Amino acid sequence: MATFLVVAVFIAFIALIFTGGYNSDFLDRARKTKIWDWITTVDHKKIGILYIASGGLFFIFAGVEAALMRIQLLFPNFDFIGGATFNQLLTMHGTTMIFLVAMPVLIGFMNVVVPLQIGARDVAFPFLNALGFWLFFAGALLFHCSILFGGMPDSGWTSYVPISLNDYSQGPGVDYYTVGLQIAGLGTIAGAVNFLVTIINMRAPGMTLLRMPMFTWTTLVTSALLIFAIPPLTVALFLLMFDRLFGGNFFNVAAGGDVVIWQHLFWIFGHPEVYIVILPAFGMISEVISTFSKKRLFGYTSMVFATVLIGFVGFMVWAHHMFTVGLGPMANSIFAVATMTVAVPTGIKVFNWLFTMWGGRLKFTTAMIWAVAFIPTFVMGGVTGVMLGTAPADYQFHDTYFVVAHFHYVLIGGTVFGIFAAIYYWWPKMFGRKLNEKIGKWHFWPFFIGFHLTFFPQHFLGLFGMPRRVFTYESTPMVDMINFISTIGVIGMTIGSLAFFYNIYVTTRYGQLAEADPWDGRTLEWSIPSPPPNYNFAQIPLVRGLDAFWLEKMAGKKEMIPSEPLQPIHMPSSSHIQLIISLGFFMSGFGFVFRGFELGALGLAIAFFGMFMRSFDKDRGYYIPKEELENVEKGA
Amino acid sequence: MSVEIEKNLKLSVAPEMPAHLETSTLEGRNKILGLWFFLGAEVVMFACMFGVYLALRNSTAGGPTTQDLYEIPLVAIMTTILLVSSLTSVLGIHEMRKGNFRGVQLWFGVTVLLGAAFLSLEIYEFFHYVDMGHTFTSSAFGTAFYTLVGTHGAHVLFGVLWISGLLYNTRKEGLTDFTAPKFYVASLYWHFIDVVWVFIFTVVYLMGMVG
Repeated sequence: MATFLVVAVFIAFIALIFTGGYNSDFLDRARKTKIWDWITTVDHKKIGILYIASGGLFFIFAGVEAALMRIQLLFPNFDFIGGATFNQLLTMHGTTMIFLVAMPVLIGFMNVVVPLQIGARDVAFPFLNALGFWLFFAGALLFHCSILFGGMPDSGWTSYVPISLNDYSQGPGVDYYTVGLQIAGLGTIAGAVNFLVTIINMRAPGMTLLRMPMFTWTTLVTSALLIFAIPPLTVALFLLMFDRLFGGNFFNVAAGGDVVIWQHLFWIFGHPEVYIVILPAFGMISEVISTFSKKRLFGYTSMVFATVLIGFVGFMVWAHHMFTVGLGPMANSIFAVATMTVAVPTGIKVFNWLFTMWGGRLKFTTAMIWAVAFIPTFVMGGVTGVMLGTAPADYQFHDTYFVVAHFHYVLIGGTVFGIFAAIYYWWPKMFGRKLNEKIGKWHFWPFFIGFHLTFFPQHFLGLFGMPRRVFTYESTPMVDMINFISTIGVIGMTIGSLAFFYNIYVTTRYGQLAEADPWDGRTLEWSIPSPPPNYNFAQIPLVRGLDAFWLEKMAGKKEMIPSEPLQPIHMPSSSHIQLIISLGFFMSGFGFVFRGFELGALGLAIAFFGMFMRSFDKDRGYYIPKEELENVEKGA
Repeated sequence: MSVEIEKNLKLSVAPEMPAHLETSTLEGRNKILGLWFFLGAEVVMFACMFGVYLALRNSTAGGPTTQDLYEIPLVAIMTTILLVSSLTSVLGIHEMRKGNFRGVQLWFGVTVLLGAAFLSLEIYEFFHYVDMGHTFTSSAFGTAFYTLVGTHGAHVLFGVLWISGLLYNTRKEGLTDFTAPKFYVASLYWHFIDVVWVFIFTVVYLMGMVG
């Protein structure tokens, strides 16, 4: 902690010297910089990009962690990083990939795309949106401070008690986990409330619920899931924090506590979480497949129904993670049947995608390749999911590499492939340049082959009985070879990922400029310039059906019919208060992690002070005058 | 063609709201709907804490049990105070509908005072229990009790600060389409706290008397 303070003060000092910070107009100059513009922005498109960029940053961290673990497992009894570090990397990899990569990238796309798809000028609460991002970032940063100060958490991303209690996990690692995730979770709740209200209240005239694009629908359902799934996690983390920091007895069996409570609360969150990270990917895939098949999404209404059903049933299956706890045959049977029920709406979706492509005019752009690769890969993950949901068989699969293989098939084959498809699809809209298609293929093929090479053999590893989360194994003929192959596959994924980052660099420097509608798209976001102006729509469009923009194009028009005359547009002002609130929570978190309760209280006081500051804020935004809009629209 | 446009323009996007000041702007409607969703999240949070409490309430580890501790008269007074404070916030909203800002200030002021009275009684109650050997660290029951009831108390405290801040903040501006939604969502939040307390009174205290 002392090291941290010294370093922080030193950095601040250097920064002051180099910026000439002692003179009074420093703040004025800072306000004019691009960085200030980005960190105080309340524009949903910029916030979305911030989410996606930070997700990308943490993707690198978690990817390196995974590679290190695979190297450790390359040979039997290999001594590369050792057991203690392995446990830490394992925890960091899982937690980071779920909370700090998958969720922020998906929420980032929701931010960028949803207001454009429903014909809105911004989200319902622009300030809250910015606050949500910065809270997420503060939590993520705090969590990653564990690498430098005091050691990483080491009890797995599920952090089961009692191994995550003080007796078994000493040091501040698990405290970083509990506090960091709580702060990030606050931000997620803010984001979810925001999307729900935006989609319900702010759709363009004519856009009824069953005319909303599929990605908007999945965002709506996902946000509802977030609202109801994050609080159980918050409570679970609360309880664990109280036990670790304040001597609580929730999980202390000697004082009457119960360790199974943690498992219930964690999975009541944890299973809906699985759908939280897959449903938006379903939405992305639906948009991409429909666009590049030049067809309306097959079975749109059943797709909506399936999405809602998955979200609903998703709350009734959590105990399938706990079949071996001993809840009894009755509970196990009910949860097993409920689990298999989920396969029905998911199957509906898979067939709808196939039938959308059937007879379509297919165009295999990189986005489409990712989307098509998604289907068989995700189906394999789904099949092993049903196998795991069979309670008697689960006694064999539980806590083996079979589970590892299963959830990597759904999380990489599902979520990550979906995200990559979405990145290639919406990149032109976000940045005004098309990602390079040729390098895109170099991204896809090594990653795809490497992924299957790594995770397909792990099914057999699990069936042979290799438990997950072990840092080494005894030499056994097949097990040695499969582990070796599995690690080789990582090379493919690494090459693919490097090609992707190289693609971003090349595109940003030399990429071809994208027109407003580079893919001949179907939804409203393609009817405005790339990148869109900060007010999105000069005139809110009128929606006459599903695939609104496509309908107008088929009717021989180039633009949407406006639903209102050109008039001054109200815009929210930038704000720095969300930074104060997030900084307060960050400080407070640091205080609690290091048992410095004074600092913890001070941080909370700063955060609440920030909230009251915001409440007292008299700034109610500004108007873009009509003349300016006319000029811009003429130029476009 | 133009008939079709007319028809699409008329397709109602958001449900019709009664013509009240707090729902007269999109921002106001957004705020109210947003708070409802936030309360949805809060319901789940409290539900989890109730579940934990019910699982652990008999794990007293040799310390005082629920029957030894709870005294219904005190808790009944607290309940009455909080229920009345909910009523006064309704009266505040009623005055808001009539456009009488003085009335709003009066009734929300009374709400804040009642909330503070409730908090003082709760603090007294907690001190009393600690004297009887029922503390946060004494048993799993103690931890669960203080977490559930304490979280509710923290919500009351936040509500008291929120409404006080709101009264101070709006003292010059009065009732506008900007401040009216703020009062409305504050009163919604206050009702929610009240509802949670009704459950605490039933599940924790009344059920605690019968063991």
